[in-house]
Amino acid sequence: MSDTLALVLRLLAVFVVFLVFPLVIGQTEHKVMAHMQGRLGPMYAGGFHGWAQLVADGVKFAQKEDVVPNGADRRIFQLAPAVALLPYLLVMVAVPVGPHNAVGQALDAGVFFVLAVMGVGVLGSLMAGWASANKFSLLGGLRTAAQLLAYELPMLLAAASVAMAAGTLSLPGILDAFHWWWVPWQLIGGVVFFTAGLAELQRPPFDMPVADSEIIFGAYTEYTGLRFALFLLAEYAGIVVLSALTAVLFLGGWHGPFGADGLGWLWTLVKTVALCFVVIWLRVTYPRLREDQLQKLAWTVLIPLALAQIALTGVIKVVIS
Amino acid sequence: MTLAAASHGFLSPTGVEIAFVLVGIATLGAALQTVTSRQLVHAALWLVVALGGVAVEYLLLTAEFIAWVQVLIYVGSVVVLLLFGLMLTKAPIGPSPDADSGNRWAALTVAGASAAALVWVVVDAFRATWIDLDGTVQGSAEVSGRSLFRFWVLPFEALSVLLLAALVGAIVLSRRGGDAKGAAETSAPAAGEERH
Repeated sequence: MSDTLALVLRLLAVFVVFLVFPLVIGQTEHKVMAHMQGRLGPMYAGGFHGWAQLVADGVKFAQKEDVVPNGADRRIFQLAPAVALLPYLLVMVAVPVGPHNAVGQALDAGVFFVLAVMGVGVLGSLMAGWASANKFSLLGGLRTAAQLLAYELPMLLAAASVAMAAGTLSLPGILDAFHWWWVPWQLIGGVVFFTAGLAELQRPPFDMPVADSEIIFGAYTEYTGLRFALFLLAEYAGIVVLSALTAVLFLGGWHGPFGADGLGWLWTLVKTVALCFVVIWLRVTYPRLREDQLQKLAWTVLIPLALAQIALTGVIKVVIS
Repeated sequence: MTLAAASHGFLSPTGVEIAFVLVGIATLGAALQTVTSRQLVHAALWLVVALGGVAVEYLLLTAEFIAWVQVLIYVGSVVVLLLFGLMLTKAPIGPSPDADSGNRWAALTVAGASAAALVWVVVDAFRATWIDLDGTVQGSAEVSGRSLFRFWVLPFEALSVLLLAALVGAIVLSRRGGDAKGAAETSAPAAGEERH
């Protein structure tokens, strides 16, 4: 019985993280962006530096009317936000935070699981784009699909390189095999993985599918109220998941210069938050890529780099074994 | 002829077997919806349900690796490609008037015949084989990789050549009379499928 209880507690912990972390990242984005642009950002809600701004936003979204356009495909339109959000919850279950089995559920083929399920999340944007009966939504959906097809492959190849190095597909297994010199060894793969992940999340500078200055808000144009909030939440949950995965696969997760045994979870947290900061930083720094530049980057830069990383991994793996 | 029922009993009601049958029925239902729906995008989304159901069946058969690859390739890439294609067409919201093909009886015959052949072969080959759920995992990534690269290397490589031929064929077809731009677009999804 205690096994069941432990499992329920783990899943509950994952759920709490899933609810809290995206909000924290969202608030950080408000403040970090504001300070990088010489503004203050939210200052009033909650008193201390506007900490409750996103809570207030959530209340506002919940009060708004949930509009479904007349010409829309009703059921698919309403289902899309859930399809966009839930995969990230599932992925979080498989991400290890500390040594000694500190993971929601250890999976034998964890790397494949997280990549497969993250790809499913994009279906939500496609459903929203098609079902809205709006040409901007349709354009957004098309761009989403094209982007996913281009960036899924380099992401997979980069992750495969780490799996080759570790000789296992399980995420805790990869971390057990980790040594500090893996960071320079897998550096190219890490950059490719992170970049492709950003593109899959449609974060700037890869936010062509939701480019608000030309196609309003892409696939999410027709959404209001809570359903729109769920799409935004999915984006921030995606940032958390991508940063945590990059930290686990390429930066050694719970390994650190000291205290890896007791403070392992803290190292994972620090690395994840640092990568989330980089995601926000990139948004403030780079202009949006054009659609053709975006495709060119994937097919002519990222995929060759990922293949080179796999070759490098293979050669070094054979030399040291 | 000894039946496996002698040792285990068909559908002796273990939870896994009940789940397997229920998921199978749901998958079959989704597959029927896929081919009978008159709304094209609904058909594509029912296909997602059907493919996901097959992945769950793989999981119940302890083939975890195959299950995730199924989700990654079919749900994550092939269906996205389908939806991408549908969005480029004039598929309306609501039923398409010309969604029914004149070939549907021939298609039904071929589908029924191939399903019967597959079921017969699988039942004949594995009728007396049982998965030991408590022992070592029989479908883990390690076991799958070992058997794939030790005993099935030749079929695996033949498949790669087949996919390469399809890739080259797609480029040739899209180049005929077209410009280089069309070729680039066709090769993109095909390269994604190469990960089989």
